[in-house]
Amino acid sequence: MAFPNGIEALDKAFSGIGVDEKSVINIVAKSNDEHKRSLRTGCPKLFTEDDNGFERSDQSYIKNLQHQFNRFRDAVVLSLLHPWERDARLLEEAIKKGPKHYNVIVEIACTRSSDQLLGARKAYHSLFDISIEEHLASHIQATERKLLVALVSAYRYEGPIVKEDVVKSEAQILYDALENADKSNPLGHEDAVMILATRSKPHLQALYQHYSKTYGKTLTQDLEEGILKDTIECLCTPEAYFTRVLEAAVEQDADEESKAALSRVIVTQREVLRKEGYVADKIQDSLSGLYKELMLGLIASGDIKVDDS
Amino acid sequence: MATLTVPSAVPSVSEDCEQLRKAFAGWGTNENLIIDILGHRNAEQRNLIRKTYGETYGEDLLKALNKELTSDFERLVVLWTLDPAERDAHLANEATKRWTSSNQVLVEIACTRSANQLLHARQAYHARFKKSLEEDVAHHTTGDFRKLLLPLVSAYRYEGDEVNMSLAKTEAKLLHEKISDKAYSDDDVVRVFGTRSKAQINATLNHYKNEYGNDIIEDLEADPKDDFLALLRSTVKCLVYPEKYFEEVLRSAINKRGTDEGALTRVVSTRAEFDLKIIADEYQRRNSVPLTRAIVKDTHGDYEKMLLVLAGHEEA
Repeated sequence: MAFPNGIEALDKAFSGIGVDEKSVINIVAKSNDEHKRSLRTGCPKLFTEDDNGFERSDQSYIKNLQHQFNRFRDAVVLSLLHPWERDARLLEEAIKKGPKHYNVIVEIACTRSSDQLLGARKAYHSLFDISIEEHLASHIQATERKLLVALVSAYRYEGPIVKEDVVKSEAQILYDALENADKSNPLGHEDAVMILATRSKPHLQALYQHYSKTYGKTLTQDLEEGILKDTIECLCTPEAYFTRVLEAAVEQDADEESKAALSRVIVTQREVLRKEGYVADKIQDSLSGLYKELMLGLIASGDIKVDDS
Repeated sequence: MATLTVPSAVPSVSEDCEQLRKAFAGWGTNENLIIDILGHRNAEQRNLIRKTYGETYGEDLLKALNKELTSDFERLVVLWTLDPAERDAHLANEATKRWTSSNQVLVEIACTRSANQLLHARQAYHARFKKSLEEDVAHHTTGDFRKLLLPLVSAYRYEGDEVNMSLAKTEAKLLHEKISDKAYSDDDVVRVFGTRSKAQINATLNHYKNEYGNDIIEDLEADPKDDFLALLRSTVKCLVYPEKYFEEVLRSAINKRGTDEGALTRVVSTRAEFDLKIIADEYQRRNSVPLTRAIVKDTHGDYEKMLLVLAGHEEA
């Protein structure tokens, strides 16, 4: 079989929807040293001439490619899993990875419906032979434990009924917790944690509105970044939360955790994001290759069209 | 094992409804008929009867029972007629409204039911009361009680038999330390009892006894006046040996001067279709008298009859 032009073939294999793995394998397996050298010299993006007489790989670009493949693969896997298993696995991973990932726990516990969260708890039993609350409680020592365990254990009422007088009194309690009580440790304020962990979302959203009207600022305005802020946002203003997370993910100097959020948010929130409409532009500008195609495809109005040509 | 008996040839639902309607008709009520029918139907059958009765006569069967019956008998029949999930939701809701002595009922429901039974109760709670069980518990309890009760009612425990023995060791030691320091409502104590699977807790308590010589219950008896300690003891019993727990509740309810009908009604109506037989056996073992005989001695009338039917007592 004639050896195809390496660069063109690789380019083709790497771009477009779907990795043409066969081509890549073919090229790599069949190239001899001469071929590989010409491949390297013909690909300035990936390789530059080193003073010591060899084509040195551009590490950041290579890493970038690697990440693209990993993220692509991760996003594909996430999309294919049953939502319950998906959420259970995301939770387990977040617990294992530690404090910088606790926002994922908050995100799942607070943005899923009561039955979806319940499903994730059931899947957790099946997958890990332990309950989520048990696992979480034994891994997290700090003040965050109470809030996080309570959030994953909630089975919130989902009806529209909201009691105005309770909304008012609880807005007051939250105000005290955030403004007056031990400000350095709002999570230690038991009543505040109880309210956030047990009340229905309509109730909390009404509370959020009332708070803004009464105290002239939002619940989260003065809060530092952290799980308390995430909790309130996820429960009361989920669109704002997801916007924030997505924007952080596509920033130039985003860290790994922020970038990982992109797949997770787009895969799990695609219905919501489709309606929003602005996300596509951000992805267009900041991503590349297969990964970009997949992300755009997920939030486009139709399903991804597989290129048969 | 259940004590409920259902006849092998069950009348049709419409027959049952007709008979019940007849039982209510006219001056006075035919209580025997009510006992005969409802006392011998399982949850599925009772639900169907309620549904059909409502469709046929335009009246909720429970409302009719409420109207026609009185006192302890009424409460027993109404509670019994509800299906287990609704019954638990009803009892839990009642408990959140009363005093701290009702915290025990919350512990009982949260800890003796299986994970799925507790879940169904939470779902029934949404449907019936338009709010979540945990929000009511959070709102109506305070301090250490709330700290313990909230995780208990929110738990969805793993139900496998797998046990981590080294973890059991670590946690037994932890519990022993906290108890020795009288830190009964410590975060870790609550965490162990609020989240671990029943099998794991059992292993931990076995290790506790092996290592420290005492049953953990004994070490939790330091202050007989401490309500929280009492609740913690109930929690432990409900989680690892519920039949003994229920036997104690019954013994206390029946032998007291003046029967505690509330507790008696609650235990019989909630356990008749699950494990009342085992509880009754435990009662006999502990008191040298069959449960049914104790019931006969301490109660009377229709209330007594219904209790006996639910307890599987054959008519003489």
